[in-house]
Amino acid sequence: MPTKVSLTLNGDAVSAEVDSRTLLVELIREKFLNTGTHVGCDTSQCGACVVHVDGRSVKSCTMLAVQADGADITTIEGVATGGELHPMQAAFREHHGLQCGFCTPGMIMSALDLVRVNPDPDEAEIREWLEGNLCRCTGYQNIVRAVKAGADAMRGES
Amino acid sequence: MTDNGVGASVRRKEDHRFITGKGQYVDDINRPNQLYVSIVRSPLAHARIRNVDASGALAVPGVAAVLTGADMAADGIGGLPCGWGIHNKDGSPMVEPGHPPLAADVVRYVGDQVAVVLAESRAIAKDAAELVEVDYEELPAVASLEAASADGAPQVWDDAPGNICFDWEIGDSSATEAAFANATKTASIDIVNNRLIANAMEPRSAIGEYDTGRDEHTLYTTSQNPHVIRLLMGAFVMGIPEHKLRVIAPDVGGGFGSKIFHYAEEAIVTWAAKKVNRPVKWTADRSESFISDAHGRDHITHAELAMDDDGKFLGLRVSTRANLGAYLSTFGPSVPTYLYATLLAGTYKTPAIYAEVKGMFTNTVPVDAYRGAGRPEASYLLERLVDRAAKVAGLDPIEIRRRNFIQPEDFPYATPVALEYDTGDYEASVDQALELAEYDAFESRRQESEARGKLRGIGVSTYIEACGIAPSNVAGALGARAGLYEAGTVRVNPTGSITVLTGSHSHGQGHETTFAQLVTEALGVDFDAVEIVHGDTGKVPFGMGTYGSRSAAVGGVALVNALEKIRTKAKKIAAHLLEASDEDIEFKDGKLTVAGTDKSVAFGDVAMAAYVPHNYPLDTLEPGLEETAFYDPKNFTFPSGCHICEVEVDPDTGVVDVVRFTAADDFGRIINPMIVEGQVHGGVVQGIGQALYEECVYDASGQLSSGTMMDYCLPKADHVPNIDVTTNVTPCTHNILGVKGCGEAGAIGAPPAVINAVVNALAGHGVDDIAMPATPQRVWQAIQAAN
Repeated sequence: MPTKVSLTLNGDAVSAEVDSRTLLVELIREKFLNTGTHVGCDTSQCGACVVHVDGRSVKSCTMLAVQADGADITTIEGVATGGELHPMQAAFREHHGLQCGFCTPGMIMSALDLVRVNPDPDEAEIREWLEGNLCRCTGYQNIVRAVKAGADAMRGES
Repeated sequence: MTDNGVGASVRRKEDHRFITGKGQYVDDINRPNQLYVSIVRSPLAHARIRNVDASGALAVPGVAAVLTGADMAADGIGGLPCGWGIHNKDGSPMVEPGHPPLAADVVRYVGDQVAVVLAESRAIAKDAAELVEVDYEELPAVASLEAASADGAPQVWDDAPGNICFDWEIGDSSATEAAFANATKTASIDIVNNRLIANAMEPRSAIGEYDTGRDEHTLYTTSQNPHVIRLLMGAFVMGIPEHKLRVIAPDVGGGFGSKIFHYAEEAIVTWAAKKVNRPVKWTADRSESFISDAHGRDHITHAELAMDDDGKFLGLRVSTRANLGAYLSTFGPSVPTYLYATLLAGTYKTPAIYAEVKGMFTNTVPVDAYRGAGRPEASYLLERLVDRAAKVAGLDPIEIRRRNFIQPEDFPYATPVALEYDTGDYEASVDQALELAEYDAFESRRQESEARGKLRGIGVSTYIEACGIAPSNVAGALGARAGLYEAGTVRVNPTGSITVLTGSHSHGQGHETTFAQLVTEALGVDFDAVEIVHGDTGKVPFGMGTYGSRSAAVGGVALVNALEKIRTKAKKIAAHLLEASDEDIEFKDGKLTVAGTDKSVAFGDVAMAAYVPHNYPLDTLEPGLEETAFYDPKNFTFPSGCHICEVEVDPDTGVVDVVRFTAADDFGRIINPMIVEGQVHGGVVQGIGQALYEECVYDASGQLSSGTMMDYCLPKADHVPNIDVTTNVTPCTHNILGVKGCGEAGAIGAPPAVINAVVNALAGHGVDDIAMPATPQRVWQAIQAAN
């Protein structure tokens, strides 16, 4: 039975009719056409679908769309403001923290939540935090470097 | 301008769209009025299809059609072709069974395609697929090389007795026998190269679309080589001529070989789109990827090395069985033959080599190229065997390698297994690696680990690979059914910006940046004025795509040759404008100058003159400024290197921790060091994955036990260390760029270095071998068994 959900997506009030089984990631990608959030697995391992729900990182494949009713959702498309890259995005580019780019939105959204809870993470903390985000291209080395640099920049210490 | 030229770590052009969520992968594309596909796949490894009843599925509201193998056969759709033919020892051709995109009679692996449900939504298609009733008569199956080789084993194909697809050989058998007769020492090894699944982060996806007005097909697909798909699917499967078939591979989320091949789903959506006259979209679930993406590796080998008293190698004898899966994938037969056994000389002057390879059918997913493709299998075998030989000869692992290396003065060096190495300096890489890895101080680190109750080990590998695939005439003589050149077009636009159309395809490699660096270097134009277009047969004239570390060495050289044609024509135009002769024009830093004068014209003005030819030598020169070059390499390129791995093993749990990894590689000339380092990081971590974590497991009935990311362990951020990377450069001698290729090296060099390190760590416990992946369970059991 279709249910209406209303939520805030990257600052805009939006609503849609969804099936009760529709996943949040399907709502974001297929109804709202924000395709920067990716689906890389069906067992909640890969983290390509990480978005922020009320400011916290969530794998959007593990949440039903109806559960997001009334929520404030930010996806990768909502991270840059006023045409300026967010410091974390800029750090991924500067430190070659991406190759094919498929895991990148999830990595950036996850990294931003890490910095929220730990503004100055060390390498081991970054590696442990990113355990739920898979990358097959980079060997993680430059992702870790980028997250560190992004966190530094967000503290104004770049 | 040189800030963005060859040799600079230019930040990537393509990154902006990826870090802002604006990449466009196939599943991000939606076509008006599209239907969604769910594929009914065989749940059994081997079975006869008695009947397919779609009535339940067709009754579901929103289901548009259910199509079967019988429908496909009735429409005259052909089988998926194999792109490489192998011959047996006796000269007869390999067994080459048909490979229908939808099975009509018999299914041969879990995941084989049986029927297609087309519906108004993904969810409806999946629901309805559950309602397609397929009546199977189960047949006995073989799910491993051992099972397929057993006496009286069930047959995957009636016309492949013993499940043997081919029984192939290379090298000189009698010279090798003689070497063993003269040997005073021998080492031997029995070794398994574990089966892997590429697991690019983007699952495969395909959209078919048909334009009735123009009778034109469009296929969007997750491919590393859209022109190859157009050729194979158009000519062999669908019977669509090239000018009526456009294949688009937009942003592709990693490939590692698994997106080279022409897959059934591409033909299915192309066929179905015309049949129902609506766009048709399929995207794999990850669980579906596990049972439909071609797998990699899966060898069982026995090998022996003959030596003299000084540990000099005299002969190498290799016998391998290679799993090809149930059908021949696009390049399946080439991987365990010409991409594997031709590399068995490695970096060594072994004078006599003989290898035989049996390619075998099993009731498993087809096996094909995965990062390195044959070369990791060769280096793992050889470098494990050389470590064994060092023990037999009583030599240090480094010393035995030094004694046997091909030396710089030996190049060009013809191996006993059909290759001619053009250049290299293997000891230089070893020396670099030893220094960077602080090899000499290992003992103190070992003692420090020991004091904490940990076993520390160090392992070395040296490798060579043949890439820059490939000289077409050589590949053709060895069985390739396609040319392996590359094409590049440089279009100088009227205002002086540049559009490059390349047949190479970037799915993470960063061609939009490195190829733009080549343009900047040649024409002196602003880096931001260059656009690299790839991945669309409707835009790019031709190409063979990206695999085998060939993009720079083949595609890059094609581009440079096209750029040289542009330079030549630009000089002629400038000579006219400046009233000088062609040979007096110097082209540097974006300016064309009459040598020895201050008379010059900017490149942008030359471009404008070419398109607004009011003052132009029209009687001798065509207007416009656009050039194409096809480049077919003269030889393979031969990157090489030395990798050193250091591990700490917890003897109580068997957990192996890679604490240090050093890669010293020779990739020839480097266009962008930042990108090359990134390729090494990723390749090494995939190699560590093979050595410690990843294993594709089938049970005896042919069910895939490692069928999700919960069961198949990919390396995660906290599994791996930082990789210390260095390079030395011996430029490739036969291409103008001097480049060799870097994409596969890490996956080739790392696995033997890791396992040699684990074996070294456990040596005190009497362990002399450990199978990949060296999981905690395996390591712990090996320690217990040795105790």
